[in-house]
Amino acid sequence: MLRFVLRRLIWAIPTLLIVTFLVYVAIRLGTNPAEAYERANPRANEAKVQEYKELNNLTGSYVEGYIGWLTDFLSPLWGGEGWQRSIVGSREVWPEMKDAMANSLRLGLTASFIGITVGLSMGIFAALRPGGLRDTAVNTSAFVAFSVPPYVSAMIFQLVFAVLWSKWFGSSLLPTSGVYPPGQQGFDLGLMLKHMILPVTVVAIQIIAVYARYMRASLLEVLNSDYMRTARAKGISERRVLVNHAVRNSMIPVVTVAAIDIGAILGGLIITERIFQYPGMGDFFLTAFDNGDFPQLMPFMVIIVTAVIMFNLLADVSYAWLDPRIRLG
Amino acid sequence: MSQHELVESTIEYERTHDGVDDVLLDDEAVGLTTASMSPRQMAVRRYFRHKGAFMATILMAIMIIFVILTPITTRYGVNEAIFPAEPGKPNSYLSPRSEAWFGTDTIGRDIYSRLIYGLRVSLIIGISSAIFATIVGVTVGSIAGLRGGRFDDGLMRVTDIFLAFPFLVALLVVRNFLGELAFLEPIVGERTSIRFIILLFVIFGWMGVARLVRGSVLALKEREFVEASRALGASHTRVIFKHLLPNSIGPILVAATNAVVAAIIGEATLSFFGFGPDAGSGDTSLGLLVGEARGAVLAGYWWMIVFPCSLLVLVALCINFIGDGLRDATDPKLVQGG
Repeated sequence: MLRFVLRRLIWAIPTLLIVTFLVYVAIRLGTNPAEAYERANPRANEAKVQEYKELNNLTGSYVEGYIGWLTDFLSPLWGGEGWQRSIVGSREVWPEMKDAMANSLRLGLTASFIGITVGLSMGIFAALRPGGLRDTAVNTSAFVAFSVPPYVSAMIFQLVFAVLWSKWFGSSLLPTSGVYPPGQQGFDLGLMLKHMILPVTVVAIQIIAVYARYMRASLLEVLNSDYMRTARAKGISERRVLVNHAVRNSMIPVVTVAAIDIGAILGGLIITERIFQYPGMGDFFLTAFDNGDFPQLMPFMVIIVTAVIMFNLLADVSYAWLDPRIRLG
Repeated sequence: MSQHELVESTIEYERTHDGVDDVLLDDEAVGLTTASMSPRQMAVRRYFRHKGAFMATILMAIMIIFVILTPITTRYGVNEAIFPAEPGKPNSYLSPRSEAWFGTDTIGRDIYSRLIYGLRVSLIIGISSAIFATIVGVTVGSIAGLRGGRFDDGLMRVTDIFLAFPFLVALLVVRNFLGELAFLEPIVGERTSIRFIILLFVIFGWMGVARLVRGSVLALKEREFVEASRALGASHTRVIFKHLLPNSIGPILVAATNAVVAAIIGEATLSFFGFGPDAGSGDTSLGLLVGEARGAVLAGYWWMIVFPCSLLVLVALCINFIGDGLRDATDPKLVQGG
């Protein structure tokens, strides 16, 4: 097992390098950083633009540029000069990104936790009586929720709970944007949670829909397998059969999918954050992308790439851990 | 969105079918009453027994008829105000009424008519990108499945990483990347052209198809009838076109419907964030209409939000149901009586 994990970990490093190189090329070519810099700083002269390009390793061949960028990117590790400043307002990138990450993680983890718990329970609930009323209800609603893009549900929620609610009842039920109301100073848990309700719901709905369907399909298959009959024939209580045999085995494919699904969850987060003007990674990315802000875009992309590769790795490892046939085979 | 679907359908295909009970019962009943039915007839029959798919097909047919008969079914031109605005009688932001069943938008255009025009563009984008993505995906997927080895490994790694990427981020980066390459301009067109958008979704769409086809080819190529065909001296090409592809038609169709939904929703996502096709030409798409709705939320113009969003969801839901029905109808386990 340890060897399996180590081998995968070692493989992850070249993958990471290749993907970040591709990202570097794509961003350098795709966003045209020098032009974006001139747009953001109209008074910058030729020399200034050249300096920006050199500081950000945007000159020379792509391989040279990438290596230079990578060295600079990792330099804070050994106390080097650190990252470049953003092109708009010349702000430091890391503190802003750290706050954005904290906000996003809070939103994403809450939504994932609620989504996975509710989704799995709904899937189990549906699979125990296949074809019954509750199965149809869960399956259909999951199917519908699955076809609703996050921005649609977000707009409908904003419309109903804030705008129309205040028209009907005088004041809006839930806030629709930000982490705190404008002008709020300091930390306030209640207010923060209140602001999180709508975005979390939007993201959680997507997660619930997916997991309910996975769990249902997976559990149905396990329930039809021979070892379930064996377990029942041995005289084990139904509860134990379900918990120890059925649910546990049906979790194998679900866990794998869960880890791979991180991209979808991140994507949903980006969209949701933008609509609720929630200052997270999604908002950070879209603003940086609009500005063509190379010094902000690259670290963001590196974090996303790392997360995606790590979760892929986690998927492989958890699959091997749960299912010995994989690691031995 | 698309990632969910891709991963999900792959998984559902690689594993057994879930709603076994009721479909199997249907199947047995079919076997008893009509002794001689071709697999295709049985599949068609199973398809129409799937309630969701049946309703979705009818709804989709109605929508397509509306789109085809555009000048008759619409009430105003795509860029036409319902009446010229006069002082004291504005034409914008009107709630639903007899002149405009679904109300009017920011500059007094009829939302009902624009929905039909928008649906036309969205369907064109969805269907054509799905067709091209399916062609590419089937080619790559069957080669990967048949040849196996390094090509297969590399391909699957690449698609894994690509599919795991946040869709919007990948889409935006690739979009800019393609748009910035000057020598591609004659082929791909302007960044906001419909051709460009279709190409973008082909680039993203083929991987899901390739995965499904690969899985199906992998499973089929070890079967006895393929072996028999090979023993008789059939070439690679013949095996692919005579045996592997016809037997993979189920997964291919399902993947194609997934690709249609992915492209329609993807177009809507791009438009929502202002990166979609150009509205300046006067044409519109579902995504642009949903994007316009964004500005109407705070003012509470519910008709500008509810109707476009409902239509988008309805289209996505219908195509998803059709895909689900196709999956049930063409599931190899059921077709071969296993």
